Amino acid sequence: MKTALPKEEHALNKKDFVAPNDVRWCPGCGDYAILNAIQRTFPELGVPKENFVVVSGIGCSSRFPYYMNTYGFHTIHGRAPTVATGVKVSNPELSVWLVTGDGDGLSIGGNHLLHLLRRNPDVNVLLFNNRIYGLTKGQYSPTSEVGKKTKSTPFGSIDYPVNPLLFALGSESTFVARTSDTDMKHMVETFKAAHAHKGTSFIEILQNCVIYNNKTWEPVTGREGKSEQSLFLEEGKPLLFGAERNKGIRVNGFDPEVVTLGEDGVSESDLLVHNPKTSNPAYPALLSQLNYPTFPTPFGIFRQLEGRETYENALTQQLAASQSKQGEGDLQALLTGSDSWVVE
Amino acid sequence: MAQAKDSFIEIESAVVRFAGDSGDGMQTVGERFTDSSAFAGNDIATLPDFPAEIRAPAGTLAGVSGFQVQFGSREILTPGDEPDALVAMNPAALKSNLADLPAGGMLVVNTAAFKKMNLAKAGYETNPLEDEDLRNKYHLVEIDFTSLTKEALSESPLKPTDKARCKNFFALGFMYYVYGRPLDPTLKFFQDKWGKRLPDLAEANTLALKAGFNLGDTMESARNRYQIIKAPFDSGVYRKISGNEALVYGLVAASKQSKRELVYAGYPITPASPILEGLSALKHFGVKTIQAEDEIAAMGMALGASFTGKLSVCATSGPGMCLKSEFIGLASITELPLIICNIQRGGPSTGLPTKNEQSDLLQSMFSRNGDSPIPIIAAHSSSDCFDCAIEAARIAITYKTPVILLSDLYIANGAEPWLVPNVSDLPDLEVPFADSSKEYVVYKRDPSTLAREQAIPGQAGLEHRVGGLEKNEEGGVSYDPNNHEEMTRLRADKVNAIANSLPPSELFGDAEGGELLVLGWGGTYGAITSSVRNLRTEGFSVSSLHLRNLNPFPNDLGDILSRFKKVLIPELNMGQLSLLIRSKYLIDAISYSKVQGQPFKVSELSNKIIETIR
Repeated sequence: MKTALPKEEHALNKKDFVAPNDVRWCPGCGDYAILNAIQRTFPELGVPKENFVVVSGIGCSSRFPYYMNTYGFHTIHGRAPTVATGVKVSNPELSVWLVTGDGDGLSIGGNHLLHLLRRNPDVNVLLFNNRIYGLTKGQYSPTSEVGKKTKSTPFGSIDYPVNPLLFALGSESTFVARTSDTDMKHMVETFKAAHAHKGTSFIEILQNCVIYNNKTWEPVTGREGKSEQSLFLEEGKPLLFGAERNKGIRVNGFDPEVVTLGEDGVSESDLLVHNPKTSNPAYPALLSQLNYPTFPTPFGIFRQLEGRETYENALTQQLAASQSKQGEGDLQALLTGSDSWVVE
Repeated sequence: MAQAKDSFIEIESAVVRFAGDSGDGMQTVGERFTDSSAFAGNDIATLPDFPAEIRAPAGTLAGVSGFQVQFGSREILTPGDEPDALVAMNPAALKSNLADLPAGGMLVVNTAAFKKMNLAKAGYETNPLEDEDLRNKYHLVEIDFTSLTKEALSESPLKPTDKARCKNFFALGFMYYVYGRPLDPTLKFFQDKWGKRLPDLAEANTLALKAGFNLGDTMESARNRYQIIKAPFDSGVYRKISGNEALVYGLVAASKQSKRELVYAGYPITPASPILEGLSALKHFGVKTIQAEDEIAAMGMALGASFTGKLSVCATSGPGMCLKSEFIGLASITELPLIICNIQRGGPSTGLPTKNEQSDLLQSMFSRNGDSPIPIIAAHSSSDCFDCAIEAARIAITYKTPVILLSDLYIANGAEPWLVPNVSDLPDLEVPFADSSKEYVVYKRDPSTLAREQAIPGQAGLEHRVGGLEKNEEGGVSYDPNNHEEMTRLRADKVNAIANSLPPSELFGDAEGGELLVLGWGGTYGAITSSVRNLRTEGFSVSSLHLRNLNPFPNDLGDILSRFKKVLIPELNMGQLSLLIRSKYLIDAISYSKVQGQPFKVSELSNKIIETIR
């Protein structure tokens, strides 16, 4: 196994990460922008190209590894978190990126995602949420809204949707963020922060399916919505939003409320100040419940807990501790055991 | 046959069964009796038989746990058809085991347990020990183990209930007297297990064991003592080993011999859990183990590990195999090395979780969608699990394929003596990864093995993608009809090519052929071989062949089958190997099935063989 080469020897650029295969997503699909953002991010991470591994499940988004000129593994439906765990545990030097969707990650693979997040290996999870099954041609997904009419719900969906961020927080994920396919700069920033985080990073990417669920996020990620309905989280800054940045989030008891600066004597000091590093999950959980149209939709890093050991490090440490206590394993002694006898 | 010698009657072999409540420690005393017999130089074979419930209500038939061991001065291949001596610690144990004890057999009972309530729980209306027929039919030895144990421990500081729990070792001590077993290995066991932590318990069990032994010396009804001389073993270092232990050691050895770190992912399941537990304790060997969230995850983790070039393994039982099927298909199409151990148990579904069966052969062959053949090997005895682990690793690494290794509950839990191999004699399993200085073509094949080369993350310039979609030789996704057919054929040809690497089959019996060939696989080896060996000495024209490689079959199998007038295939399933043999070789093989959760008896196999020849 080659070890990682120092960054200086690699002047990687976006082109290095473009695979020779033709990209086969539908024209206008939000996945193109995400692919572009990842191909822009990777050269800037200081990781040798051969140390990237992109793992995916099944679905439109899961074709992602085929379009990245890195090591890649297109696995089976919902199970990518397990393969990613195996890769990272086996070789902690690798930079592992997991691409999944709302169906792959939260329906068939919900269990594996839960266990990936709680184990906390240093894997970066990109969950493309378009609130629809695209590759199977338009059935509702676990993030589709109640009442959503699709081919499999002609009278409207009666399933209550899962909130991806609340799911991640419930799984005690150490890094939880949201970005959108319409915001290149924000995606790249978020991906870099995810890479820098030691532990599993979970990023929900609001992504548009141009064929089966077009403009599902338009009210919050579109040109108009973005300025009025998006709340960009910045550590240490009050929760301000709106085209004129004069609206904010205040808590009243356990409930958040939207207030306008200067009205009823409200000032910036009344607003919540963003702290992604608080260990209490109540705060990011509260943020995860802010949704259009009652509230602005937050983007950025909801939670960034430091100090919890990664799974692969904890395992490596156990191996080292065992070896220092018992010495390196002696196979002949193991086979012979302590109750052997000799036949002359 | 038997002759008296210094108050001992010398015999060739004996079978002893301990039976009691799940909480009575029957597995523990059975194992100690086995260790002591191995220490005495006898060959051994064991059959632990316990219920799926951890503690079924005390005294009930559902809670009876048993342990049978055969030991002898000749080669012992099975735990024995029927016990020569049965130790029954309560009425339920007597009721569920007595039918197996032949007339004249020694029946040792704990009279303290034959009270009204226990008799009722076992469904006895009257005390069977008062039954004249029973007293006449068997050599009944009645001992109040409970009171005698308490008496022996009168000075012990243990609580009365804890004292009473030492009665299993009192009973063991008595049986040691009857069969002239050495006490030392058991006394050492007490010291190793409790000497430091619970010295009072170690002392109490020591006293109970010795008191039981001494009772035999003074008791009129222990009229016969038996002596079994050492078995003629080849010289070397021996130990007792169970199938699951042998599998653990074989995997660690394969890791060392292939110079690949061992990564094991598993989910707890009977009877495979001891493999996860065993490997988890071997971190100083660099073994990485992960307890996954489910069977699917375990397989995915192992496959991820395989992608990075590790020796990756998972073990499970039938229900777990069902869940792993989709991933096994992915391992097949991506052509990544992987070992999947299936410790079979009774099915279908949850079936008989603590009973034996070999009914997952067709599942191993066909449980995946599409044409996705993968190699299958089966261990034939406890110690053979070691060799099979190494063979599975050789096939997986050389041919870049998932391999299914079949074991079963009987050989996984059963134990036998094992001639410990010298590590320096183990085969070299090293296979290089792709050369970083050359162009890498993902599915370019070695012309002799048809295996592809594997490049692993971290190798610069060899970046590539694998996945579940069909690929062309260059590794690109391809929907081309001819490419798919070619790749499907290549994957199948590659698996078939493994047969070219196998040694000639070892036939037991007449190489030139004869009346009958008994063809077997897996854990039935001992019963088939014993039966065929016995009948050959009686002059029957019968031979046997035991298959390790079930996919592909050995190249010489068709030729061997053709030399016999009849082929009999005994299996602990409804005829699974039989189906494969009939379809591949177009012969009228005769299937002999048993699905009772128990191994074949030598006697029933012998009867079937005689009936088939005639």
